[in-house]
Amino acid sequence: MKLIYEKSQPGRRASAIPRPGGLPAVEIPEELRRSEPPRLPEVAELDLVRHFTQLSTRNFGIDTGFYPLGSCTMKYNPRINERLVTLPGFANLHPLQEEAGAQGALELMWRLQEILAEVTGLQAVSLQPAAGSQGELTGLMLVRAYFADRGESEQRRKVVIPDTAHGTNPASVTMAGYEVVGVKTDARGNVDVEDLRGKVDEHTACLMLTNPSTLGLFDENIEEITRIFHGAGALMYYDGANLNAVCGISRPGDMGFDIVHINLHKTFSQPHGGGGPGGGPIAVRDVLEPFLPVPAVVRKGDGAFALDFDRPKSIGKVRGFTGPFGVFVRSYAFIRMFGPRLREMSEAAVLNANYMLARLKDAYDLPFDRLCMHEFVLSARTLKREHGATALDVAKRLMDYGFHPPTIYFPLVVPEALMVEPTETEAKETLDAFCDAMLQIAQEAAEHPELLKEAPHHRPVQRLDEVRAAKQPVVKYGFGDHPQLEAAREPVVAEAPKGV
Amino acid sequence: MTQHPYLALTDDDREEMLRTIGVSSVEELFRDIPAGVRFDRELDLEPALSEHELSAHLTELAARNVDSMRELSFLGAGIYDHYVPGVVDAVLQRGEFLTAYTPYQPEMSQGVLQAIFEYQTAICELTGMDVSNASGYDGTTVTADACFIAKHATNRAKVVVTEATNPQVRQVVKTYAPGFGLEVVEVPHTGGTTDPDDVRRAAEHAAAVIFQQPNVFGCLEPAPDLAAAANDAGALPIAHVDPLSLGVLEAPGRYGCAIALGEGQAAGNFPSFGGPHYGFLAARQDYIRRMPGRIVGETVDAAGKRGYVLTLQTREQHIRREKATSNITTNQTLLALGGLVYLTWLGPQGLREVGEACLGLSAYAKQQLAERGFEPLFAERTTFKEFAVRVGRNAREVVTAARQRGVHPGYAIGRDYEGLDDVLLVAVTEKRTPAEIDRLADVLSEVAGG
Repeated sequence: MKLIYEKSQPGRRASAIPRPGGLPAVEIPEELRRSEPPRLPEVAELDLVRHFTQLSTRNFGIDTGFYPLGSCTMKYNPRINERLVTLPGFANLHPLQEEAGAQGALELMWRLQEILAEVTGLQAVSLQPAAGSQGELTGLMLVRAYFADRGESEQRRKVVIPDTAHGTNPASVTMAGYEVVGVKTDARGNVDVEDLRGKVDEHTACLMLTNPSTLGLFDENIEEITRIFHGAGALMYYDGANLNAVCGISRPGDMGFDIVHINLHKTFSQPHGGGGPGGGPIAVRDVLEPFLPVPAVVRKGDGAFALDFDRPKSIGKVRGFTGPFGVFVRSYAFIRMFGPRLREMSEAAVLNANYMLARLKDAYDLPFDRLCMHEFVLSARTLKREHGATALDVAKRLMDYGFHPPTIYFPLVVPEALMVEPTETEAKETLDAFCDAMLQIAQEAAEHPELLKEAPHHRPVQRLDEVRAAKQPVVKYGFGDHPQLEAAREPVVAEAPKGV
Repeated sequence: MTQHPYLALTDDDREEMLRTIGVSSVEELFRDIPAGVRFDRELDLEPALSEHELSAHLTELAARNVDSMRELSFLGAGIYDHYVPGVVDAVLQRGEFLTAYTPYQPEMSQGVLQAIFEYQTAICELTGMDVSNASGYDGTTVTADACFIAKHATNRAKVVVTEATNPQVRQVVKTYAPGFGLEVVEVPHTGGTTDPDDVRRAAEHAAAVIFQQPNVFGCLEPAPDLAAAANDAGALPIAHVDPLSLGVLEAPGRYGCAIALGEGQAAGNFPSFGGPHYGFLAARQDYIRRMPGRIVGETVDAAGKRGYVLTLQTREQHIRREKATSNITTNQTLLALGGLVYLTWLGPQGLREVGEACLGLSAYAKQQLAERGFEPLFAERTTFKEFAVRVGRNAREVVTAARQRGVHPGYAIGRDYEGLDDVLLVAVTEKRTPAEIDRLADVLSEVAGG
């Protein structure tokens, strides 16, 4: 399909800008004046709409079909939330509006903070971080500020991270100026407590743990882990990527965690938008509250809502204003549709995952034979050894059956990993259709491995050469100098009706 | 209990599924959770609402906000009330874009991958740079990201930020800097703009010099001279720019900047009480392997046809872990897509016209206010769409009083700059009309007695 720049014709435009007369002329000094106009596309409005509509047909979302991408919690995104976020009082509200003119927005944020405190079992919440990984980094800044306040910041330089962790954890540690200490996974898929004991001491600042882990397993030794860290004077950080498993069932604060980030775009249904926006609020134990980002959203004695900038121990700001407000609207709306029934949401997510696991565990390898939480990890190790079919091949073949593949090759501790997360919103028929396809593919791997190797067969493109993309990076359109590659075929469309 | 509209399992489904699993109850699925950390009561939350009740509740909350459709607003200071065309909503509401994840499987995601490639092209065209990422969280965090690039590119231990850079941006840079091992040094402004000689002195041994064009006061900085001062000292010049100024103001790539970045909101996003928006970040080719976040590249498929993939992933956290160029994973793709649709809607002509409208209307506002005795703070400087003006009394009180007359006259900037308690920052976008500006002048006269 052509790029929008390749459809551009000089002289066309989609916009008309009001140009009132009688305004004073402004002379921009020559050295500051634009010398050559940017080559933005020139198209009429219909061609704009068609271009992006065509692009959308080459994309797959939850609205299109089943999207069991592990660790991403691809649940239904309620359409009403998209309407609510466009209410003028939300969409057109300026972040520097006086507090008296923003009471509805501040109240919504305050209510969401209260809800997240209850769900996580902690006392104070900041909604400011823009995504999970920024929540992590903010959490680590809080850890640093907490130990600095206690005069222990020079001493405590290490952050312990299990080998099953998301890559964001170690990356955040580096950005916060800490050192990573790795810890192994034991034979049951829990953190290896013996390995851990030898690695936690007076130099440890905190643990970063996802629980349930990226293996989809709840750590059975969580109480002992908490004793080890708190016993050493260190803090506990909870990566909330997998919170969808335990809402109303087990709370991070009750497990002993001191800081939690919540991925609003996972558990609380902010649509992921092809890569964002997200929201990564953090909830903390009361001793960490003084260090939270400014401004805090508070309710005053008279019941009015306000922004509190007077937090002398605060780490500062991690993002502009008070965070991604539109994300808060959607997640608040989602939660209000459940209330205490959030527990039912998590139960359904866990039931769906275990059902799929039960149907699939004989056809694929199961590295840890336990019940799972909201997701599970299979391995295509045997398929690879016996038939040469890899996790990647299975993933690509699933596309032929109309499904988005699961997460593959993660977590790193499982070879040929296939990480499946159905979420609570899927019907049993959908789960069955996916399981049927997975079983069929395992059989195909034995009988017709080329079907997997050459997949996908029905997408707008076949497998793409990622090595070429990285070795000779072409990261923007080159206009006259652009490499002349044949455009990929148009998506398959229904045959046009004849003779209307 | 009534079946929840977002849940699909029936009682029969549950029974059959439990049988397949080989457990007798849903409760048993949670047997790995130690008894000591089980939550043994109901969540203390208000009862579930129906969609109708939810809609009424949120509509009521929204009605307690005073937005720019209910009062005439001249607020800016980083977030601006530019027009967002209907085509932006239409494209962003396509479920295939709205409800997709990050495009890890390119065959399923050619739509968004090609769109990001087109977005990267648009950002490079605007800024005159070689490479753009797929977006960052906002205009503040991309500036912190750029400090991380500069730190590793130069191995130096401080960054210079001009004081005339938006305070939100400076505060976020200061929050991030200690973790990067960077000290932050601020260069004061002289009469509304930054003196290149001050920058030259401060830039010695600095990793980067960050300045804003137009700056927080709306004034045009001597940007080419600031960039040259940074380059002379071996520091990376980083320009924080307003995307909608780049139809009339020079592209940072043309005056020697290493990195150009900024807040994308003005181009295609609603103000939305501060987010979600997108931050854009573009750089010269030299820094392509140090860029934070996602980048889309063009390649070919097995049949030799053109296609798009996430590329240069060895920079990223899921591969490089603690050695990654950033921890970012979720970015702001949907908002950046809104930016691309908006810039496509504008085209080069429209972009220039929006810039000219901002210049003309804000000059008219300055003139009208001056006629009523409100002098611009930096009268001799050229401004783009925003300007600082003295109102003769506490500006916060002026805001409150003017709002009672239905006009939000701007941002009281005294909160961020000492000695400016009587100063308003007035933003005038292409949405404002001369008649509305006359009304601003009238109301300010009434409440501040100019």
